[in-house]
Amino acid sequence: MSEIITEPEQGPGNEARRRWMAVLARASRAELEAEWSDLPRPPSYEWLRRPEVGLVMVRGRAGGTGQAFNLGEMAVTRCALRLADAAFGAVATGHAYVKGRDRRHAELAAAFDALLQTPDGRGPAQEAVRRLADRRAAEREQRSRKANATRVEFFTMVRGENPR
Amino acid sequence: MYVAVKGGEKAILNSHKLLAEERRGDPSVPEVSLRQIDQQLGLAVDRVMTEGSLYDRGLVALAIKQARGDLVEAVFLLRAYRTTLPRLAVSEPIDTAAMAVRRRVSATYKDLPGGQVLGPTYDYTHRLLDFALAAETDAPPEALEPAEEPVAHPMLRVCDVLGGEDLLEPETPAGDPASGEPEPFDLTREPLSFPAGRDQRLQNLARGDEGFLLALGYSTQRGFGGNHPFAGEIRLGEVSVEIVPEELGFAIDIGEITVTECQMVNQFAGSASRPAQFTRGYGLTFGHCERKAMAMALVDRALRCRELDETARYPAQDEEFVLYHSDNVEASGFVQHLKLPHYVDFQAELELVRRLRADHGDARRKEAAE
Repeated sequence: MSEIITEPEQGPGNEARRRWMAVLARASRAELEAEWSDLPRPPSYEWLRRPEVGLVMVRGRAGGTGQAFNLGEMAVTRCALRLADAAFGAVATGHAYVKGRDRRHAELAAAFDALLQTPDGRGPAQEAVRRLADRRAAEREQRSRKANATRVEFFTMVRGENPR
Repeated sequence: MYVAVKGGEKAILNSHKLLAEERRGDPSVPEVSLRQIDQQLGLAVDRVMTEGSLYDRGLVALAIKQARGDLVEAVFLLRAYRTTLPRLAVSEPIDTAAMAVRRRVSATYKDLPGGQVLGPTYDYTHRLLDFALAAETDAPPEALEPAEEPVAHPMLRVCDVLGGEDLLEPETPAGDPASGEPEPFDLTREPLSFPAGRDQRLQNLARGDEGFLLALGYSTQRGFGGNHPFAGEIRLGEVSVEIVPEELGFAIDIGEITVTECQMVNQFAGSASRPAQFTRGYGLTFGHCERKAMAMALVDRALRCRELDETARYPAQDEEFVLYHSDNVEASGFVQHLKLPHYVDFQAELELVRRLRADHGDARRKEAAE
């Protein structure tokens, strides 16, 4: 598969790409399907690496900050593709590594990743990513507010300090 | 010794059919779905993910269904399945300080930044059977009114609060910064080796059987290797997993997982080489496995006896004993292999016992005659 390995892409563009890849990884397949079909012009693409299910070994650190250790594996699906459509102003390669075993999820995530790198496809794709990110943020906030409803104050009972 | 046998194919096939029937139970009762297991038996899923060492709720739900709720069997199924998948990458160590916290309690400080957040816990329930659930009306639970504000984020770890005064031993990455961190030991690639590093021990304990670790952790509290623990912090929530794919050359976030982390803080009077300081034990699991994370932290601390100049006297401090016996797939396999035919072996033993008995009888008779 070495022929499909592209040059490491460095530079300031990575931060934005890292953000949208995280959002795409957290989206559900149904959400991505809906966003994809809502695109004004969904591009066609060709496979560089068809979706493949595998494992990522998840690591932790002793005490949270110490020696690294292997915690356990998680199922992950990856793929890579290239936009076949020259109409978007650039030839772009899309990559995806997403939690789970849903090949279509990985495919759509990679397709969006490619589209987001093209001058002409970027706009609508960015809107989609924004909607997905907002939804995840709203869910997280709701979970967190529920958790915060369970925040307590413990009082220590000390003998002799009871109010008279 | 187990000796291979032939025959029994028909019986085995029929046993599979009977097993499938038993698994399904009464066909007039609706079949349980993987979604139902995932959503309504979530803590069983969490336990199997942790001990099966594979984070995939759908696969775990399937394993639990197939194993008819036998969680150790489900762990076995999962471990077997994982061998069919290629390893695509290893993650960067997860950052539990950046966790989206849903539960966080500390038994050492009542007032701490972010506060005590109980989250979803059985701790303060009355442990009375709730017969309303037996009625199966599917009435929605009483609605929880969310707080105005979310919990603090990021939420400082208790150990990072204590660490400031040097009262608590620091946890720092292995190796020196110049040469970089050594690759952690990986039990899925190499057999156990002794003496074991903390990386090997923590991976083993993370995969280890909850019951075994619970009993060992309990034994340390009851004086068999006491290390005076306090639950410095227990936290539950979601963390991001990042990998650096070769073809990209930068770290990407591939999604989030739920983890439970326990930081035990232990009294330590000091030794010839170290001043008095609180020492630490660490527990980390997939999903919400709090009992396991706490037991793991107790045993992790007990196993650190060598580096802390403590004499290893008790089972929980004996790393060969603990690490060799913690895995329930191995333990179950070795215990249960006793069910397989040992006919030839037993026949030989039988002959031996008969001969010994005969010799014993001869000797007695000779004695009586003299």
